[in-house]
Amino acid sequence: MAEESWLTEFPKMDRADLVAIRKYLDAAYRDFSREYGDTIESLFDPLLTMLIWFEKLLLNSPWWAVLIGIAGLCYLASRSWKLVAGVVISMLAIGYFGMWDNTMRTLSIITVCTLLSIAIGIPIGIAMARSDKVRAFVTPMLDIMQTMPAFVYLIPVVMLLGIGRIPGVIAVVVYAIPPVIRLTNLGIRLVDKEVLEAATAFGASPSQRLYGVQLPLAMPTIMAGINQTIMMALAMVVVASMIGVKGLGQPVLKSITNQYFTLGLLNGLAIVALAIIFDRASQAYAKRTQKHLGGDHHV
Amino acid sequence: MSDAKRGTDTPLIKITQLYKVFGKNPDKVMPAVREGQSKDKILADTGHTVGLKDINLEIHKGEIYVIMGLSGSGKSTMIRHFNRLIDPTEGQILVEGTDVMKLSEKELQEFRRHKMSMVFQRFGLMPHYTVLENVAYGLKIQGIEKAQRREKALYWLETVGLKGYEEQYPSQLSGGQQQRVGLARALCTDAEILLMDEAFSALDPLIRSEMQDQLIELQEKLHKTIIFITHDLDEALRLGDRIAILKDGELVQEGEPADILLHPATDYVEAFVKDVNRARALTVETVMKPRVCRIDAATIGEALAQMKKLPEDFAYYVNDDGYQGVVEQEALEEAALNHADQQLEGDLVQDVPGISPDSLLEEVIPDTLDTEYPLPVIDKEGDLQGALSRSNLAEVLGDSSGKSAA
Repeated sequence: MAEESWLTEFPKMDRADLVAIRKYLDAAYRDFSREYGDTIESLFDPLLTMLIWFEKLLLNSPWWAVLIGIAGLCYLASRSWKLVAGVVISMLAIGYFGMWDNTMRTLSIITVCTLLSIAIGIPIGIAMARSDKVRAFVTPMLDIMQTMPAFVYLIPVVMLLGIGRIPGVIAVVVYAIPPVIRLTNLGIRLVDKEVLEAATAFGASPSQRLYGVQLPLAMPTIMAGINQTIMMALAMVVVASMIGVKGLGQPVLKSITNQYFTLGLLNGLAIVALAIIFDRASQAYAKRTQKHLGGDHHV
Repeated sequence: MSDAKRGTDTPLIKITQLYKVFGKNPDKVMPAVREGQSKDKILADTGHTVGLKDINLEIHKGEIYVIMGLSGSGKSTMIRHFNRLIDPTEGQILVEGTDVMKLSEKELQEFRRHKMSMVFQRFGLMPHYTVLENVAYGLKIQGIEKAQRREKALYWLETVGLKGYEEQYPSQLSGGQQQRVGLARALCTDAEILLMDEAFSALDPLIRSEMQDQLIELQEKLHKTIIFITHDLDEALRLGDRIAILKDGELVQEGEPADILLHPATDYVEAFVKDVNRARALTVETVMKPRVCRIDAATIGEALAQMKKLPEDFAYYVNDDGYQGVVEQEALEEAALNHADQQLEGDLVQDVPGISPDSLLEEVIPDTLDTEYPLPVIDKEGDLQGALSRSNLAEVLGDSSGKSAA
């Protein structure tokens, strides 16, 4: 009987073996996190310091100063008064509905996560564009990062670092970094071969090619990647709040468990407002700096 | 510039036994290539593409060397070997005696910065730089400071006729203007060798011929060594001091334009040459008969004596001042009856205008039709070089295969 059963039943591992494997891996990881948890945590200290400093800066400054700062940055990026007016109105509404502090917290963590994603993602994207081997290795990793449910990779992070801002940042960066990596790689690979060849023919060194030709020409694509990264980081705000990241995500989480429809909606709208501000400002900036690449063709 | 005085016998660039095979493992395929197996067979058997096969050529200082072939002939692969944008599978490339293959990465960069510059088919301009920055690109790469870069770039921009466009971006210019920027960029580094990869192929015919004129004009001043790739035989004949014809990665013929037109080496070249407007491609010098009946006697009597030895019944009269005109035997005989010791001059010498050896056949066709004698060919010093007859012309222009000509 036992020999035939694999035809009708999937031949599966013995239950006891599976438990043993799970126990073994869990124990090993627990030991590892007990042993090295503190060391690894201390590695993230500079990041934490920066995060807290930036959050305090936004929270402790008077609201009007922050508002002027944000409006100023938006104007510098877009040179559009219409956008600035929209930004000011939505920020005033956020403050009026009592979400100012949470919005500042979210803004700070999103900003830090985005900067971190750019700082890590662009070099990886460049490496990917330069070598097919690196690309073959990185692409499946990115697929995993984007499809693996966030909670799954949060388990080891929380085990290692506890709950708080740093695991939150890691969760957000892991989820949000793939677009900037992918699009940096794509942008560099799409650079006109003849332009690159011209640079080489005039004796440009690899770094002259990278900084003088490849990155500037890939910039529109890279900017699109950064834009996507920001959007995905904002989408992670609620998930991150589950592991103790303060901000707009926490009231949303509270609304889900307590069925507070209006509270959830208001905070959700605040997240949307932040997303739109980031998106419009970064896109307007990209468009403005890349103007000469496009049409405007005359004979 | 002591290089300029070097003899033209030592080639500036010398390529020997150059092979290029594209594919995963070119070395494994090389024996078959050297054996002379066909490109198609090697592709079918091994999946490797033979790009270039046993190329040997020498390019001399100051000449325009045209490499011509149809698409797939390997000409673009060929030109990229000069500055090693593509590495050969086998073979030697010597530039001024330096083996380019032995250069290290750094030396190769220096070599590209100072020895050769390149003009591309689709211009290869940096879209994010202004026209001026594009022209100065080579200098920027060399690390030359901005003010100096700017000054030099402005000079070359003006030379190619784009003054006033400095602050435009390439996308704002027309194709012809963009290629002028490409040309200015290549000239701006003062490199001795100019590689031009189908530089004018992407331009309208009218603009193309304008650019060809400009290149010829510039070359008269600059005396660069230019390697020019084209698929257009008319362009090759117009620009080239020498032409090499590539087919399927092999050099099928190399020679001066007239040589290729009049003596095509293979059926392939012949098929090419067939459609060329010879009247526009050949100069008088290449088809004239160098041996002509000339008389240099001072008196009528002596002239008649000379004339009688000649096969024709007319001759060209040449004295110390050069070519004077045509004399007929009949007229001489008449005059000799009475005035045999008089000077040969006046009505006896008919004024038949000479033509220049550098003129295109097209330009002299009307003159040959107007005159009953073959037209005397007179060089710049006024000396008689030869003569161009109607039948001469008819032979060259009429017989398109060219085999029996010359």
